[in-house]
Amino acid sequence: MGLKEYTFKKSLWLFHFGGASCNNCDIEILDCLTPRYDVERFGMKLVGSVRHADVLLVNGSINRKDKTRLLEIYKQVPKPVLVVAIGACGCTGGIFSEGNTFAGPVDKIIPVDAYIPGCPPKPEAILAGIIKLINKNKS
Amino acid sequence: MLIPSGMKELFYFLIYPGFLFAASFGGLQSWFDRKITAWVQFRKGPPILQPFFDFLKLLLVKETIVPTKGSVLLFLFAPIMSLFGATASCVLILLPATGISSGFSGDIIVIFYLLNIPALAYILGAMASGNPLASVGASREIKLVISYELTFLLVLAAIILKSGMTISLAEIISAQSEHAFIGNISGILLLIASIMCIQAKLGLVPFDIAEAETEVNHGSFIEYSGTALAMIVAAKYIMLLALPAFLCVLLIGGLNMSGMGIVYSVLKITGIVLLITLVRNTNPRVKIKQAMKFFFIWMNLIVVIALVLIYLGL
Repeated sequence: MGLKEYTFKKSLWLFHFGGASCNNCDIEILDCLTPRYDVERFGMKLVGSVRHADVLLVNGSINRKDKTRLLEIYKQVPKPVLVVAIGACGCTGGIFSEGNTFAGPVDKIIPVDAYIPGCPPKPEAILAGIIKLINKNKS
Repeated sequence: MLIPSGMKELFYFLIYPGFLFAASFGGLQSWFDRKITAWVQFRKGPPILQPFFDFLKLLLVKETIVPTKGSVLLFLFAPIMSLFGATASCVLILLPATGISSGFSGDIIVIFYLLNIPALAYILGAMASGNPLASVGASREIKLVISYELTFLLVLAAIILKSGMTISLAEIISAQSEHAFIGNISGILLLIASIMCIQAKLGLVPFDIAEAETEVNHGSFIEYSGTALAMIVAAKYIMLLALPAFLCVLLIGGLNMSGMGIVYSVLKITGIVLLITLVRNTNPRVKIKQAMKFFFIWMNLIVVIALVLIYLGL
């Protein structure tokens, strides 16, 4: 493993994209930053600007209006970038998958590197997904 | 061995006490700041090499995106300028502070101007990026610079008065050889005012109005990515060493780089960073109006009181 992959793995900055979410996954993502779970010990931090991001956290069902926004956000991220779909809506569409305005699951729109299912996933599940993402050999 | 004189200056600027030393030591200070923040919030905090991972990732891995609507040349030139300003001021502070050279008469004024260059570079880069949030950040940064500069200048004036009208850093250090300036009431007032100025200069929490993550999404730095952001990060690391070192020289009797002196010097700088970190962790972000009022009225008042006390010999 080269220096580039090692430093990238050790310092992932997260950007949070919430689609048409019910806000449950948003709250569980914020839980990961709290004292009990603390993702900063893996070198992660939440950034406000998409230009600083290394990981795109996408949650919520993606409807037709969100689709263009998601594509635009994805184009604005400096590459390389990892995409994580969080929650049942992000992974498959969940109960909205047959809805009229539903435009996706996330992996139909942009390439996804990790899926974290659950409605909402527990912070432990999100942490487990993040560890798998870190250990995944990105080629 | 005969070394050409130009090589020596280049070594000072690039290796010790310049870019390489200042960036690594400042990076460790940045880790210390994040770790203390984590402990204050009952978290575990990042590993010790985290600042270097961040810097190397931005430098080596990420691509740099330049804005289409904006001045590309100025946008990419601003981070280089900020890195240069931070390094040059750090070298000019650390050379007299560590006793390598005695500097030149009037270097305190040059340092005062050089310490402004990073803030000016951030303003230029933000204005060149063509992003509305960045220009909000830039306008706030300008207002912040206007407010803290007068206080900082008054602090320097007080130090000059205290050390018997000398404008050379080496002579200010030697004036403190018996007892440091911090040891009396005017010194403590000056310490309070200069800690607040450092807080504003570094863009830390009570005065991080220009780069507020939650309201203007990192403000001035919103459009920066990849190598350009890496340079800004390195400039911030260097400033996190340069400003506490400057405060050590002005008030706490300089640094000493021989024998046990190294431990004391590191403790002095780390102590000031600890103070800054605790201030930043126990205060909310103020509005720009409040920040200007704070510096224009209260901090200036404190420094003027200190000036009067110095004049009376206290």
